[in-house]
Amino acid sequence: MKKRNIWSGLLFGIGVMGFFDELVFHQLLQWHHFYDWSTTEVGIFADGLFNAFAWFATIGGLFLLADLKRQRIFQRTRWWGAVSLGAGLFQLFDGIVLHKILRVHQIRYVDNLIVYDLVWNISSIILIIIGVVLLRKATKQEVKEG
Amino acid sequence: MEGHIHHSSSVFDVGGVLSQVLLAFPFVVAFVIYIYAYQISKEKGRDWPVYRLVLFVVGISFALVSVIGPLAVRVHMDFTYHMLGHLLLGMLAPLLIVLSAPMTLVLRALSVENAKRLTRILRSKVVGFFTDPIVASILNIGGLWVLYRTELYMAMHESLLLHLLIHMHVFLAGYLFTISLIYIDPVPHRRTYIYRTIVFIFALAGHGILSKQLYAHPPAGVPTSEAQNGGMLMYYGGDVIDAIIIVILFYQWYQLRAPRPSLVAN
Repeated sequence: MKKRNIWSGLLFGIGVMGFFDELVFHQLLQWHHFYDWSTTEVGIFADGLFNAFAWFATIGGLFLLADLKRQRIFQRTRWWGAVSLGAGLFQLFDGIVLHKILRVHQIRYVDNLIVYDLVWNISSIILIIIGVVLLRKATKQEVKEG
Repeated sequence: MEGHIHHSSSVFDVGGVLSQVLLAFPFVVAFVIYIYAYQISKEKGRDWPVYRLVLFVVGISFALVSVIGPLAVRVHMDFTYHMLGHLLLGMLAPLLIVLSAPMTLVLRALSVENAKRLTRILRSKVVGFFTDPIVASILNIGGLWVLYRTELYMAMHESLLLHLLIHMHVFLAGYLFTISLIYIDPVPHRRTYIYRTIVFIFALAGHGILSKQLYAHPPAGVPTSEAQNGGMLMYYGGDVIDAIIIVILFYQWYQLRAPRPSLVAN
């Protein structure tokens, strides 16, 4: 029960961050490029795999949520904690591995890119911290009630 | 038109009248069979949902639009249109036709004896092999890699036979891919949800990666701007249609897990 709430939230968090990235940075702001000429071959491969995974994570995470609700074992705090953790982990992975190491694309094609990179990665760490705090809170609540 | 070597419109040209008619023919036959089976099934007193009929007609229409008429002609001149045709023929039409459950309808229309024969074929090892998600994905996505990353794409525009074979392959591989992932018609060789999901992630990734490759490195003879538009259309269009398949796949999982208070009441 605990595990299933965490899995559902984690997957949904990862997927939703993938979509947020596509919607806001690719489509609305158009900071990211569809194709960056300095991308490594591994980068193209990793990016493709993660985009595909994000679709499954979002849709799968939501169906898992529906299943939790149906069985009346949905745990709000734990689920949202896992969402925040998943979103933060994906954003950090995106910011460090995909952007910097594999050079899939940069956040924005400007001179002071380092500022964007810092804001990006720090905000992802904040999401991870919020996620961990919520997950611990959920466990504490359980101990009290238990 | 006169004196123009490549586009002198002969009946035997690739993309000309003959190739359009030949490519449209199987879909017309399928349409007739489906409607006929629908009639017989009705005469036998069994209802067939109207939405399935609608899905089938729309699916066949998308397939036809991509092989005959104005789109089929433009497909040979502009890579963006080529990709639109590919999305319709290889992804959307197969999905809609799969959802119309043609095999179920045909099995209903057949006599008991013939239905048994058909079921025996469906249970055969060969069918089991081709409906394995990995095999279907290799035929579908692997086929596209071969088409766009080798000389085949150029050759397709020169040879009528190649043109016909490749177009039928695109539809059939798309159909096989869809039935290997979502189970609408009877499926004797079932694979687990987790297996189908993992294979599907890689197949979708392969499709996305290929579309970015096309954007960056156009196939021979394709102008850069067309390759970029076509690549992006393939990427986002593919994502949308695959997302529908993912929703259906997980919805079927969700239904399977439904707590059933009484199995008898059904």
